[in-house]
Amino acid sequence: MDSNTSASRLCCSAAPASVAAPPEVAYEAVIGIECHIQLNTRTKAFCSCLAGSAPVNTNVCPICLGHPGTLPVMSTGVLKKGITAGLALNCSIARLSKFDRKQYFYPDLPKGYQISQFDLPLCYEGSLEAQLPDGQTKHFGITRVHMEEDAGKLMHDGANQLSGSDSSLVDYNRAGVPLLEVVSEPDMRSGAEAAAYASELRRTMCFMGLTEGIMAQGHMRFDVNVSVRREGESKLGTKVEVKNMNSFAAMQRAIDFEISRQVALHRDGQAHEVVQETRLYDESTSQTFSMRSKEGLADYRYFPEPDLPPVRVTDELIDEVQGSMQESPAAVRSRYLDMDLPIADVLILTDEKPFSRYFDAVLEAGAPPKLAANWVLGDVMAHSKVNQISFDKLEMAPATLAELVCAIDEGLVSGKIGKQVLPMLLQGEGKNGVKSFMEQKRLIQISDMSAIEDIVNDVLSQNQQQLQQYCAGKTKLQGFFVGQVMKASKGLVNPKLLNQALNKKLKEASEAATA
Amino acid sequence: MPIIRTSIIRRIQQDLRSRTRSAQEITEDYLSRLQAAEPEVQSFISVASESACAAARALDGRIASDGADSLGPLAAVPLGIKDTLCTAGLQTTAASRVLEGYTPSHDATSVARLKAAGGIIVGKCNCDAFAMGSTSESSAYKATRNPWDLERVPGGSSGGSAAAVAAGQCVATLGSDTGGSIRQPAHFCGVVGLKPTYGRVSRYGLIAYGSSLDCVGPLAGCVEDAALLLQTIAGRDQLDATSSHMPVPDFTQGLEEVERFASRPLEGKRIGIIRETIGEGVSPGVNAAFDRAAQHLATLGAEVHEVSLPTSGAGLPAYYVIAMSEASSNLSRYDGIRYGVRQEAANIRETYNTTRQEGLNAEVKRRILMGTYALSAGYYDAYYKRAQQVRTIVQQEMHKALLDFDALISPAAPTTAYKLGHVKDDPLEMYKGDIMTINVNLAGLPAISLPAGFEEGADGRRLPIGLQIIGKAFDEGEIIRIAHVFEQTADFACGTPPTFDKSKSQ
Repeated sequence: MDSNTSASRLCCSAAPASVAAPPEVAYEAVIGIECHIQLNTRTKAFCSCLAGSAPVNTNVCPICLGHPGTLPVMSTGVLKKGITAGLALNCSIARLSKFDRKQYFYPDLPKGYQISQFDLPLCYEGSLEAQLPDGQTKHFGITRVHMEEDAGKLMHDGANQLSGSDSSLVDYNRAGVPLLEVVSEPDMRSGAEAAAYASELRRTMCFMGLTEGIMAQGHMRFDVNVSVRREGESKLGTKVEVKNMNSFAAMQRAIDFEISRQVALHRDGQAHEVVQETRLYDESTSQTFSMRSKEGLADYRYFPEPDLPPVRVTDELIDEVQGSMQESPAAVRSRYLDMDLPIADVLILTDEKPFSRYFDAVLEAGAPPKLAANWVLGDVMAHSKVNQISFDKLEMAPATLAELVCAIDEGLVSGKIGKQVLPMLLQGEGKNGVKSFMEQKRLIQISDMSAIEDIVNDVLSQNQQQLQQYCAGKTKLQGFFVGQVMKASKGLVNPKLLNQALNKKLKEASEAATA
Repeated sequence: MPIIRTSIIRRIQQDLRSRTRSAQEITEDYLSRLQAAEPEVQSFISVASESACAAARALDGRIASDGADSLGPLAAVPLGIKDTLCTAGLQTTAASRVLEGYTPSHDATSVARLKAAGGIIVGKCNCDAFAMGSTSESSAYKATRNPWDLERVPGGSSGGSAAAVAAGQCVATLGSDTGGSIRQPAHFCGVVGLKPTYGRVSRYGLIAYGSSLDCVGPLAGCVEDAALLLQTIAGRDQLDATSSHMPVPDFTQGLEEVERFASRPLEGKRIGIIRETIGEGVSPGVNAAFDRAAQHLATLGAEVHEVSLPTSGAGLPAYYVIAMSEASSNLSRYDGIRYGVRQEAANIRETYNTTRQEGLNAEVKRRILMGTYALSAGYYDAYYKRAQQVRTIVQQEMHKALLDFDALISPAAPTTAYKLGHVKDDPLEMYKGDIMTINVNLAGLPAISLPAGFEEGADGRRLPIGLQIIGKAFDEGEIIRIAHVFEQTADFACGTPPTFDKSKSQ
């Protein structure tokens, strides 16, 4: 995964939403989020076609093209990933759930219905805790998580949607790829809270290994429901669905715009103009605009999918999934905090799974946490950003960085030298050991006292005149000798040891001269 | 004594193994009979002479190289396949205009298994479009005639499959049965039709009508041949999640030759006559033939009693709500986008409308509309949900009755074959004809329809009447054995259509 495609980090989120309202009437926004998550299973949900990217219409078969007589058969991977998501979101897992057909006509929907789950979802009643920009944490309720299949992808010529296009083409590679839909409770009150929830949801799904989570490729698609009401009122206002947000920052802006739009209408006595509709977010103007308005409620005519038996989940299966679950971002965060790392560092290190994976591997190789964090968050992160190389694709192995960090920690290498060496290591050098690489490059600090004494002896014997002056009382010349030793060793001598050795030798020489 | 029905499949296997006839000779013989009868009967939408002959030649080659022992149990058996079953490389239309020219790349699992057993596919049998009908008249391509009386329908929806067997155009066929579509045409055409337990045979490749009711099953000239086909196509299929893991027993076990029957071969069997299926609403001829059949079973040693299934009447409306609801969903895919016929129009909405308006016939559209209505918000509970509740009650009642009886019997349909056009424009009348068979589908049970006698028509023609024997879930073996004993001893039920007397050409 490319870390650069991710959205803004939690800790860098903008200020809380401004709910504009006159002083006498305060309004409150109520926000709920539906998220479609593309699972990273090897095959599609109901046939054996591969689910990865491929040339247009090549990952297709009679089943996912909806040919006559074909039938869906659920792949077990989908169920396990669904249970994993449910457990990660603290949901109850339904021991008995089922699939239903959601029916509508659209050219990207091969069967004229989508296999989904209607009244008996796989997971229900969960929660997710996310860190807000002000450092507080907040619990967000999860209503349900259910399994379904994706539709194909339409490409239009002459318009940006099906209606009005000169021609449209369909790529069915995506048709039948498994999705999870995660529906939140309407627990968010601002764009910032929504973005915090959404990014934590993404992080959790990525850490669990359920999705590649690349927003730009549509691996996670968020539909946000926004309504406003007078503060203190319990009845919900008319909700508006907002779509087409490609990053969490965009989500936050879209919601904040939508809130202020609705509040303005309420304040101006135009509350009836807030209608149940779908609005699209336009990144270029930071505004939402109506896509479909006042359309009657779509009747999807859900009914139980007769081609698929009910989904039964045993305690054994849940135990099995639980046993093989990966660490959640929250767990990783608390582990890092236990190492006394500053919260700001922890948030960045756990923002993307590859960061924390890499960092953990550096720790595993023996590096001390604080120093390792500095290096990972500093020069290594910069390298990843500038060169757009994800942490899981770095040339420098975590063990290599660990070796360097340890050498610095032990005083074998100065920080300055470390910074000089790092770019080479990031290019993939030093794979056979950082120390030998540095020795080879003559970059390692000389900390061997006898070796240092040898150099000092050489310098003193080559500069007899200055030595005599020193012994005669011109002690300022000590700096000269330090410079000469550094020059002779190309700056590699441990300064502290150098001073010790030089003091000792000069003292001996002075004593000899007075004797 | 008339010729008792004997297994043609066994004969073909003997001939092949004794090298009396080659696969090619057998196939060509049947193909010429098929072609000879076709102008009058019109059982087939498409005939696959070339691929059939190629398959036969390949079989002969195998016999020559590997010997006859390498042959499958259906080697060189000419078979017809209902056009609702997908056949790779062979046009499959479900008798609908919207699929005209559609050639699947996939075989239905049942078809693939027949082929693997050496069966030769000679063509695709006509039926009602999308299996929706009881006369085969709603086919977009042709109206199949009943070989017993060419002025009458063969029944439906598997009318072509039944007529082809009755006219000797092939040895056996596959049909599909959602509410009686195998058993009713078998009854109309005087052949054996077997609807297996739901889940016994894979539905993969069967063009779906009512998915929770649809079953693939054989039609044949005798019980043993039907059993041999079922043997081949039955069993779990990875491609159908609703196919059963139940082991498949030997369905031909105990099918002894009549000479070896005990004097009372059905001794100890308890058989229940479903009271609600006899008397009122059933034609006198059917009633009489059924009475005689029931008496015959008693003569064979069975204990025959009447049993009441009071909810029988509730099954019909429940069946139609469920079948039409599922159909309304299953037929959404025929939108002209990816395959089949497309009527290009100004925009996508118009393209959908025109394609479906022209591609789907009135009966199909009627069922889609009613099914759509039944699933709509605000009506779902009153129709679909209610129908499912009724289904459960019907199911429980039948299962309970089958605790007391080894099998239940009824006529396979209330009347003999209709005149062409008789019920075509009267859907309710046609739907009522399903009364004997639909509850079996609701309950998912196996049932066989076999010739049980005749009704003498006003014009002196005889029209066949079928006896339906219903068994316990996954106990096809039991009804097959009872049917075999009946068939081998009921000389009054024997006969072939006058025009297509198989003994002439065999």
